[in-house]
Amino acid sequence: MLARKGLTSAPHSERRLPLRTASQTPVLTFQDIVIRLKNYWARQGCIVQEPFDCEVGAGTMCPETFLRVLGPDPYSVVYVQPSRRPADGRYGENPNRLYKHMQLQVILKPAPEDVVELYLRSLEEIGIDLSRHDCKLEEDNWESPTLGAWGVGWQVMLDGLEITQFTYFQQCGGLDLEVVPAELTYGLERLAAFIQNVESVYDIQWNDRWTYADVRMADEEQYSTYNFEEADVDFVWREFELHEAECQRLLDAYRERREGIARNRFPLLAAFDQTLKCSHLFNTLQARGAISVTERAQVIQRVRNLAVGVADSWIHQQAGIAEAAR
Amino acid sequence: MSDLLLEVGTEEIPARLIPGARRDLERTFRDALKAADIHEGARVAVEATPRRLALIAENLPERQADRTLTFSGPTRQVAFDADGNPTRAALGFARKAGVPVEALEFGADGKLRADRTISGRPTDELLAESLPAVVLGVRFPRSMYWTGRNGPKFIRPIRWLVALLDGEAIRFEVGGVTSGNLTWGHRRLSSGPLAVSGPEDYRMVLRDNAVLLSAEERGRKIETESKALLPPGHRIRANARLLETLVNETELPTAVLGTFDPDYLSLPEEVLETVMLVHQKYFVVENDAGKMTNSFVAVANTRSDESGEIRRGHERVLRARFNDARFFWQFDQRTSLAERVAELRDVTFQASIGSYWDKTQSNLKAAADLSESLGLDDGTARAAMRAVELAKCDLTTEMVGEFPELQGKIGGLYAAAQSESGDVADAIYDHYLPVGASGPIPRSAAGRVASMADKLSTLGGMFGLGLIPTGSKDPLALRRAAFAVIRIVIEGGLPLDLDRLVEVSGARSHADQLRGFLLDRLRHWLQDSGGFSQDVVQAVLAASDRVPVDALARAKALANVRATPDFEALAVSFKRIRNILEHAGGAGRAHGEEPDTALLDPGAETGLHEAVEWVAGKVAAANANRDYTTSLREIAELRPALDRYFDDVLVMADDEAVRRNRLAFLARLLDKLSTIADFAVIAPESAGKRR
Repeated sequence: MLARKGLTSAPHSERRLPLRTASQTPVLTFQDIVIRLKNYWARQGCIVQEPFDCEVGAGTMCPETFLRVLGPDPYSVVYVQPSRRPADGRYGENPNRLYKHMQLQVILKPAPEDVVELYLRSLEEIGIDLSRHDCKLEEDNWESPTLGAWGVGWQVMLDGLEITQFTYFQQCGGLDLEVVPAELTYGLERLAAFIQNVESVYDIQWNDRWTYADVRMADEEQYSTYNFEEADVDFVWREFELHEAECQRLLDAYRERREGIARNRFPLLAAFDQTLKCSHLFNTLQARGAISVTERAQVIQRVRNLAVGVADSWIHQQAGIAEAAR
Repeated sequence: MSDLLLEVGTEEIPARLIPGARRDLERTFRDALKAADIHEGARVAVEATPRRLALIAENLPERQADRTLTFSGPTRQVAFDADGNPTRAALGFARKAGVPVEALEFGADGKLRADRTISGRPTDELLAESLPAVVLGVRFPRSMYWTGRNGPKFIRPIRWLVALLDGEAIRFEVGGVTSGNLTWGHRRLSSGPLAVSGPEDYRMVLRDNAVLLSAEERGRKIETESKALLPPGHRIRANARLLETLVNETELPTAVLGTFDPDYLSLPEEVLETVMLVHQKYFVVENDAGKMTNSFVAVANTRSDESGEIRRGHERVLRARFNDARFFWQFDQRTSLAERVAELRDVTFQASIGSYWDKTQSNLKAAADLSESLGLDDGTARAAMRAVELAKCDLTTEMVGEFPELQGKIGGLYAAAQSESGDVADAIYDHYLPVGASGPIPRSAAGRVASMADKLSTLGGMFGLGLIPTGSKDPLALRRAAFAVIRIVIEGGLPLDLDRLVEVSGARSHADQLRGFLLDRLRHWLQDSGGFSQDVVQAVLAASDRVPVDALARAKALANVRATPDFEALAVSFKRIRNILEHAGGAGRAHGEEPDTALLDPGAETGLHEAVEWVAGKVAAANANRDYTTSLREIAELRPALDRYFDDVLVMADDEAVRRNRLAFLARLLDKLSTIADFAVIAPESAGKRR
């Protein structure tokens, strides 16, 4: 198991003046970057959503992505999603690895013809002059075999740094998607560190006065300690099983509902919350070293069973709602 | 004659698929030309960048050739009535053939005949019809759809199409995109659609808009610029695969020289090189002595790096990666490989076989057996056992977690850093070798034992469970494992036989299949790596397939002497003997009867007998020294005696006792002299055969 890791970065306590670039214009702060990207995508017609309020490992898992890409209806949305990956925590001591990092997630459904251009312009919106940089789109496909979900796309490399995942979803639940969405996932810390030219994410200026370390260091220190040392394994296991049972109960109940309003209002979204809880608790157990290798595959399968169950039921429910509306 | 320019403008195509796409587009296009019968004399070339597949065809005919169709109809009596007027049959025929009834003629066979000329269609029309299928016929391993479920599929969305025949647009449509004369340049160094008029103009317009169409030119640019950037005495470490990737990832490649803190050079080169080559796609820079320096060359997809921002960006990323690697190295040293053995219980090897700890136990047993069979000295055997014990422990390290492609090597490097002996460290380092058909085998005896033990115990475990590869299904790469074992045995000159290898594998069942599986790999090695012709391999293995190195020695000898005239004739005689014996139902041989020399004919038969006894003695002596070439030359000396025998002696004599004796004599002769190869299976040497 990972113990406390030894890498240290510069001290984070000293207050710093706003960074300046060579041309002496103040550099974009972390929050400037977020605000500009949100504004930019809002101008492209996206709904500006707030983060989903369950723990998730990636913006893809939020209902705004996972459920919205299913079915025929257009949808465009932008949101920042704090993404928790317990095993990636480093007690705030590694300059690039975080327990919780921020993804800016964009879903464009259907993907417009000029989606790549739109994306590249968003980088210019945050001060990156692409004619002075090396920007490559390198093949990177996404696949979740047991969910029957996959997509193709790229990792966007800026001067050798991966800053965004770009995916055209193709299948979910083993079915070809009727409408092909594009998913853009920006790694905000990496982008900001790049733009501000700092070596450690903790040195990113969040705004003119506070750094990333000021805002987030406590999270990293405390959750690394929790995930690696303090989490009560029995408790987390019990919690996992409770959420799993609740999700399963809801899925079973949905199947028994007859057609009509009882079915259309059935809380599949609540069932999906339970799935996400299980996924996060599994990650916690994994970081805590509480899951043996043989168990691991089985637990992943249990979580996937829930996710597939929700996705199937969701497609079914949405079709019923569309039917009722006609 | 006409020239065609076809450009498929796409979003970024994965670099690894571009070479195949170029070939495939040429194929689909040529097929289309052929189907339309406009292929004669056509010159076709396909170029590509990440955002375009461009096909240029020259010397196309302007139209299909005219074709004449000949129709044959009814006879004169049926076609015309008594008054010479055309009947309904004649009218019907004229209609069918598409000629006026007055133009009907009679052919030499006395039947109505009509020739109709079909004008060839113009090439532009034919191409407009066939090009959509030409484009969409390009095959990719995983293509996508982008306009919706029922839309076309391609590797990435098609965003524009150029199709110009002699400067005129050919119109067609794919996935909502209509072809025309408009192309696009570099994503960031060019703007707006660009009109082009033909192949030459196209290349120039692209060049003006920061796109070098020719992959070869892009490669040259990278190489020339890298050279120019480096101080004298330094060079990039050549890597054709990386170069091809970078060529196919850029439209305007520019080499950028970066450096890193020389302190990082204290990390193992293997790690630094993996980070640079595999993860970051940078060329390693080495000095005259071939030693890594603290520079690297990145290739950017843009015109220049005047401000140095690109260089700084790449340096920054590399620094972070190297920092991680250094951290992993230091962190991993806190727990020695020896202390990690128990942790292997938590790493699954294969569900039915168990963890890597279980796997290590089987490997240890196999290694002990191999050391004994090979008669290794105590020191080497101990090193092999220690290496096997520690070989899998690097799987629990952070470094291998980050760089899985370095497993084994990391173990070896850690072992050396943790004061294991050099022999142990090297054996761990090498224990995944050999990779492929030509990579090196482990350097030391201990490394060879460690590698074979690992692979044999995997094979034994899987075959024991009945998990035997069939057809193209070999998810556990057992063929590769078996081939690696054969390579080590043969190329290491190890005196191990196949039955022993099967025993060492510990297979609880399916041992015969495993032996056959190893034998197939041996056959494969002899033919493909050894370069022996199929019949030599067959002849040698038919004589004995037990000991691979011995089979190799016999194959070499046989390939040496087989072309001599005496030897060919001898092979024919052996075949004759074989046929006679088979015809006689194996009499004599089957009963293992000893021929009675008293019954031998005093002439040719006794002569042959004496010759065989004489030769057999010399063969036995030469065989004992593995001097199979001498043995075969001795055997070839039998030719005159054999020829005389078949001239003078009737094997199937009327007297049964004589006949049985002669068969027994021949069977014994065959047995005695077939220990090197079964000569009967050697086909006469013919042109074009290898060795």
